[in-house]
Amino acid sequence: MPTPRTLFKKVWDDHVVRSDADGTDLLFVDLHLIHEVTSPQAFEALQLSGRPVHRPDLTLATIDHGVPTADRELGILDPLSKKQIDTLIANCDRTGVELFGIDDPRSGIVHVIGPEQGLTQPGTTIVCGDSHTATHGAFGSLAFGIGTSQVEHVLATQTLPQPKPKSMSITVDGDLPPGVTPKDVILGIIARIGFNGGGGHVIEYRGSVFEQMSMEGRMTVCNMSIEAGARAGLIAPDETTLAYLKGRPYAPTGTDWDEAVDYWRTLSTDPGARFDTEYAIDAADLAPYVSWGTNPSQTVPVTETVPDPSSFSSPLDRDATERALAYMDLDAGTPMTDIDIDVVFLGSCTNARIEDLRAAAAVIEGKQVAGGVRALVVPGSGLVKLQAEEEGLDRIFLAAGFEWRDAGCSMCLAMNPDVLQPGERCASTSNRNFEGRQGREGRTHLVSPVMAAAAAIEGHFVDVREWSR
Amino acid sequence: MRPIDIITGQMAPLPRANVDTDQIIPAQFLKRVERSGFGPFLFWEWVHDAEGELDPEFVINRPEYADAVVLVSGPNFGSGSSREHAPWALEDRGFRAIIAPSFADIFRGNCHNVGLLPIVLSDDEVTRLTELAENPSNEVEINLSAQSVTSGDLVASFEIDAGVKHRLLNGLDPIALTLAHADEIEAFERSRPTWKPSLSAVPSTEY
Repeated sequence: MPTPRTLFKKVWDDHVVRSDADGTDLLFVDLHLIHEVTSPQAFEALQLSGRPVHRPDLTLATIDHGVPTADRELGILDPLSKKQIDTLIANCDRTGVELFGIDDPRSGIVHVIGPEQGLTQPGTTIVCGDSHTATHGAFGSLAFGIGTSQVEHVLATQTLPQPKPKSMSITVDGDLPPGVTPKDVILGIIARIGFNGGGGHVIEYRGSVFEQMSMEGRMTVCNMSIEAGARAGLIAPDETTLAYLKGRPYAPTGTDWDEAVDYWRTLSTDPGARFDTEYAIDAADLAPYVSWGTNPSQTVPVTETVPDPSSFSSPLDRDATERALAYMDLDAGTPMTDIDIDVVFLGSCTNARIEDLRAAAAVIEGKQVAGGVRALVVPGSGLVKLQAEEEGLDRIFLAAGFEWRDAGCSMCLAMNPDVLQPGERCASTSNRNFEGRQGREGRTHLVSPVMAAAAAIEGHFVDVREWSR
Repeated sequence: MRPIDIITGQMAPLPRANVDTDQIIPAQFLKRVERSGFGPFLFWEWVHDAEGELDPEFVINRPEYADAVVLVSGPNFGSGSSREHAPWALEDRGFRAIIAPSFADIFRGNCHNVGLLPIVLSDDEVTRLTELAENPSNEVEINLSAQSVTSGDLVASFEIDAGVKHRLLNGLDPIALTLAHADEIEAFERSRPTWKPSLSAVPSTEY
């Protein structure tokens, strides 16, 4: 009888081109996603060495990090961003790589468009010069972020030499309490296992909570695997996955679909397969979370208070907490619901899909954004924006006082004009609360879309489970 | 990439946990399309004070650390983004190795590709090395062949993947190494199912 294997091991094994004696495997890459920020130096080096792009047909480019999300008719005003975007366009023209340009409704955040187009499929290997590539693991693919040298390596060879990561299982069983969303599940996981708790591992998310979760929710969870330091995160494909994929532009059709489905159905962890590390969490113990610090593990349930640095035993943790509270301008013991906000950012590859926008719109319908609060909605792709407009969500947001913008990464990392001003405090549905992430001296609190929406209306954080207005 | 064997010189202490890539180089400096010249943006937010002036207290601003080639820092160094601009900025500023109790995975891999040596030592060894680094006249010697770090009374050994070590010692190009197996890649491609995703497929619907 063959040795029982984890889902991760099955996908890995199916992509090994060759194995080296030192334990490194050369992995074939099924899909390479590229964008304007981490690709120019790779294309340049490739050109200097006289190497062609080996598989343009397995490469898709989009422009997302530096694009403005308003007044696009004015063009790209930042000369550096414009040069970077023009460089990607020229590189794609020259090498035959397909590019979804800014005016193409299919363009948007790289981790939103792959799944939307049906390119992200179960059992594939997907890489991108972006750490949130783990998003695609929601489909049972092995997807991870790479640096620019590796982007060049994949362009040149469609493969990547990789040491074997360890495997981790995180099981969340039970029913999620009302008001507790996929974002809260992953924030709760990171708070428990730590900012580098997944280091060296690929995480498989298992249990009834993920089985019952939509594909959008699974993408939110897998997206933030990197915030626990994990190489990747994935979830076994099931009927929800197949229903999401069927009929998408690049999903297989006809007999190809049937063959693919036969293979996809083999993609689950065998009974008895061993993980290097295992965690189990009871869904009933999860709550809506708000981050208080400057890394995504510095998070508490909304009902709690800002922690006291003296409550940490290690000197480095104490120092990190003191630094975080000073940067965030927060006092230990402050209830999270007493923290006033200036800006609400509803967007990013974590939480800018149609379901996120629907959930936020349902919370704010008929209400008004609090005085002095600036609230932005930045859909994850042009298609998400169009769908939301068909459903009338734009009118709900606009009537409530939100800005309704074009797709892009936007204020998640503030490479475009959407930047926090020094000292501004933001309720953000994005993935990172690092110092200066959303703008110099900006202060980020990570929350779910419904928590962000409720905070926009009240001007401070509220417990959505009890909130009615 | 130039080969690495022995790195000798001054250490700069940065005893902070979770130094993330946004601190190493903030996103606003990632717009350049060039490969070099990122050094001036290294630790931008920490190098400058609230008024935007250079903070004379921050370690890499202190003239006595101007020659540092090894950065000694806390656990989970390089956490966050996949931006290779982070090791590029460190390299451009003159650093050739970073010593910490742990590194984020993507950052560590990027360092290997850039030719910057990430070295994991134990908490106690890093604590001792940080103390030694507090005196700018102390030097460190890193010997990649011997996998050792020596400074003052500290002699430590470190682990490194054998393939990576070979590549760094000889300054080998990873792409050339892979292309030596082009026939195996082609064989893999021939056996790949036709239904796998491809941009050359005709989309079944407009969107």
